[in-house]
Amino acid sequence: MKDALRHRELTLNMGPQHPATHGVLRLVLEIDGETVVKCTPYVGYLHRGTEKLCEHRTYLSALPLMDRLDYISSMANDVGYCVAVERLFGIEPPQRAKFIRSMVCEMTRISSHILWLGTHALDIGAMTVFLYAFREREWIMDLFEMLCGARLTVSYPRIGGVRNDVSQEFLDSLYDFCEEFPSRIEEYETLIDQNRIWLQRTKGIGVISAEEAVNWGFTGPTLRGSGVDYDVRKYFPYDAYDQVEFDVPVGKEGDVYARYRCRMEELRQSVRIIKQCIEKLPKGPIMAPDAPKFTLPPKDKVLKDMEAMIHHFVMLTKGPITAPVGEIYSSVEVPKGELGFYIVSDGSGRPYRLRLRSPSFVHVSALPRLCVGSLVADVIANIGTIDVVLGECDR
Amino acid sequence: MTPHSIAEQIRDKFPEDVLEIVEFRSQVAIVIKKERLKEIMSLLHMHSDYSFDYLVDLCGVDYMNKKSPRFEVVYHLFSIKHRHFLRVRVQVDEDNPTVGTVTDIWKGADWHERECFDMYGIRFEGHPDLRRILMPEDWEGHPLRKDYPLKSDLGDLEWKGYRDLIEFSEKARQYEVR
Amino acid sequence: MIDIVRLHIGELAFNIVIILIKTAIVFGVAMLHVAYATYFERKVIGHMQVRLGPMRVGYHGLLQPIADGLKAFFKEDIIPSGADRPVFVVAPLIAMFATISSLSVIPFFDGFVIADINVGLLFIFAMSSLGAYGIVMAGWASNSKFSFLGGLRSSAQVVSYEIAMGLSLVGVMLMAGSLNLSEIVKAQQGYWHGMFLIPQFIAFFIFTVGMFAETNRAPFDLPEAESELVAGYFVEYSGMRFAFFFLAEYVGMIVMSSISVICFWGGWTLPPFLVNALPFLGEIPGIVIFMLKLYFHIFLFYWVRATLPRYRYDQLMSLGWKVLIPLALVNIVVTSVVKFFL
Repeated sequence: MKDALRHRELTLNMGPQHPATHGVLRLVLEIDGETVVKCTPYVGYLHRGTEKLCEHRTYLSALPLMDRLDYISSMANDVGYCVAVERLFGIEPPQRAKFIRSMVCEMTRISSHILWLGTHALDIGAMTVFLYAFREREWIMDLFEMLCGARLTVSYPRIGGVRNDVSQEFLDSLYDFCEEFPSRIEEYETLIDQNRIWLQRTKGIGVISAEEAVNWGFTGPTLRGSGVDYDVRKYFPYDAYDQVEFDVPVGKEGDVYARYRCRMEELRQSVRIIKQCIEKLPKGPIMAPDAPKFTLPPKDKVLKDMEAMIHHFVMLTKGPITAPVGEIYSSVEVPKGELGFYIVSDGSGRPYRLRLRSPSFVHVSALPRLCVGSLVADVIANIGTIDVVLGECDR
Repeated sequence: MTPHSIAEQIRDKFPEDVLEIVEFRSQVAIVIKKERLKEIMSLLHMHSDYSFDYLVDLCGVDYMNKKSPRFEVVYHLFSIKHRHFLRVRVQVDEDNPTVGTVTDIWKGADWHERECFDMYGIRFEGHPDLRRILMPEDWEGHPLRKDYPLKSDLGDLEWKGYRDLIEFSEKARQYEVR
Repeated sequence: MIDIVRLHIGELAFNIVIILIKTAIVFGVAMLHVAYATYFERKVIGHMQVRLGPMRVGYHGLLQPIADGLKAFFKEDIIPSGADRPVFVVAPLIAMFATISSLSVIPFFDGFVIADINVGLLFIFAMSSLGAYGIVMAGWASNSKFSFLGGLRSSAQVVSYEIAMGLSLVGVMLMAGSLNLSEIVKAQQGYWHGMFLIPQFIAFFIFTVGMFAETNRAPFDLPEAESELVAGYFVEYSGMRFAFFFLAEYVGMIVMSSISVICFWGGWTLPPFLVNALPFLGEIPGIVIFMLKLYFHIFLFYWVRATLPRYRYDQLMSLGWKVLIPLALVNIVVTSVVKFFL
């Protein structure tokens, strides 16, 4: 009789194809009633061998692979790679390029955060925020297209600077966007910020303390929601971040609501940074002076000038031959957290080892810690709050 | 404290284990032997002067034919309190590619070590659940090793899941409209 | 002429023919409304979300429901292996028939009811409880863990909120003195404001919240939450069976809205003070007034769906049991006390 009444946990497979798992993440949940007893994430469905591929490509041709890591915020990944290679080679990009790169990084931060907001709200049930968010995202995509021709996987930042200069039309449109956007943020907040159901679904869910978060290796808004003010833009400044003023929002409770507020505040700070970049944008070249040694020379020179043609040829076949021997770790603050590049160079034009430290990988590994003991519906809220993109997690 | 002085202090405390201190572009790396890795890591984590509370990254590097021992496991440590950054490189030889785990010191090392095992075949003693993470569970070989090819022409030695897929698509061709 | 027909075929046959005609009309109109309720949902929610909704099929997408119906009709009927076949087949039918049979007691305007029974309100609750069977059976028979979870959640939710709704309507019954729906509408004419909404506002609030939970609509649509359980208890259904479930949901919406209109908004009548002030309003046919009020309620369903996030399951249950049922009981006590002394 006792055997007949024995109960086990139900094993639920939120498979690789699921509307709420933001990509191909597979979660095997063991639930007892509605409570999650065990949670095992399986990743690797989007593994494309980026690190291995980069070892066989020159520094320049490895750049498009970096776009496709976190394909939502591709500019930030490219900037991270360029900053890492520049630090390795000891190159200093010109001021104008630095400001342009900071500007596009912040644009991509806005774009990524509003996509996060839309999908997070959609999972919790507020469908309308998703469509409003995509309306703004379309605006930013149009701006990217105006700038460099591509909407999603741009390869706009280059080692030593950027690919082409910004036009005045672009800067004017961007300024209009910055003027309009804060009212849109308020529109999103009106819908969900003080909404009782939203508060009940997000307050007190997925709580993690500051020490534990640091121990797990969290970075970005996921960490800052718990009260640690670690931001790579302030700790290891790169590009123009030491020349603009901005605040880093830090939460307190470490729950889903705190992280949500962090990201909403970051939207406002990004607008502030972009406005300062537009105002302070200095005139000048967009490529470092000794550029031909590590990046492609401009096309019109290649077709007329012998030396430029030789540089072009060598660059495409062998890569920058002036690469030093050594190793470097460099990180940038992408919207998801800290994206780190560990490059080991052996003096040839190809990276010997290119290691990508992705924030989403670490955050997914901590999902069991956040989900066990909570309800099934909270698993969805937790996946939304850690803001994973599987492209970055699996590389 | 500057990273260089930390490295010097570690060398003073563990003279036989620290092989080299490398500095490049103002980043300091300590190269150590793998025997007393756990002690050194615990010291770096716990000691109040160092307090490296944040393990930034853990990865492997394969120096095949460039130097011996073949592998290195590289730890990047950062202290949010004191704001110093350090790199620790542990040498792992090819015949016995094992090294102690640091998951009990930093929980975030869990998946990094799994990935290192998956890609290089370096085993971590004491790891709670060491299995493949990015490659399928029944994959053979360790992809990021230098002797692993970039493209495969393995034919029949190809991974079973891929062979099944090719077979299935051949069979599905009969439904195609020509 | 009608009298001649009646004399010719006899009283009983005449009554049966009248009932059949009424049934055909009500069924036809209800199905048309359901079809276009789906269309208007997409349009209304679309416009609220800064987009247009269906635009391609016909002028501004007006033929969309017909296209959807044709598609559902011609789709392949898939039954998952391991599913409990008889239960799987019967579940959508039960859900649909339970809700559609509730239409038979609703008075759409003065004198037009298919079955003017004295326990009309009770009948509707009995039918909606039967509808819960359809959900449970669908969840069980699909042989899928997601649908099982969805079926469990939904049946528990429906049962809990039915209690709250039933208790809230007891206040209306006390005030009207009858369970007959036509009587309830006529009783509301006794007040200058012509609605039970104003004295029974607590009951109205409870009923409205319960309305959303009964029909598994947002913010209580966790059983079919797209982002979690991918359509919950009817995830394994395809083609016509899926259409039946969909129909059941929208007919449920219409039935619940009709009850709300009848019990709280005065049914097919306008408030007396309005008719006294503007006599020409008395000329408007009752059916038009009923339909307008009904459309407003259905619009409310869409509006709430577009705006609010969804409740987590335990919060939903605690809302039903810890907030709504006590409130309904308080309402009953207050109403009876007031009625006793007045």
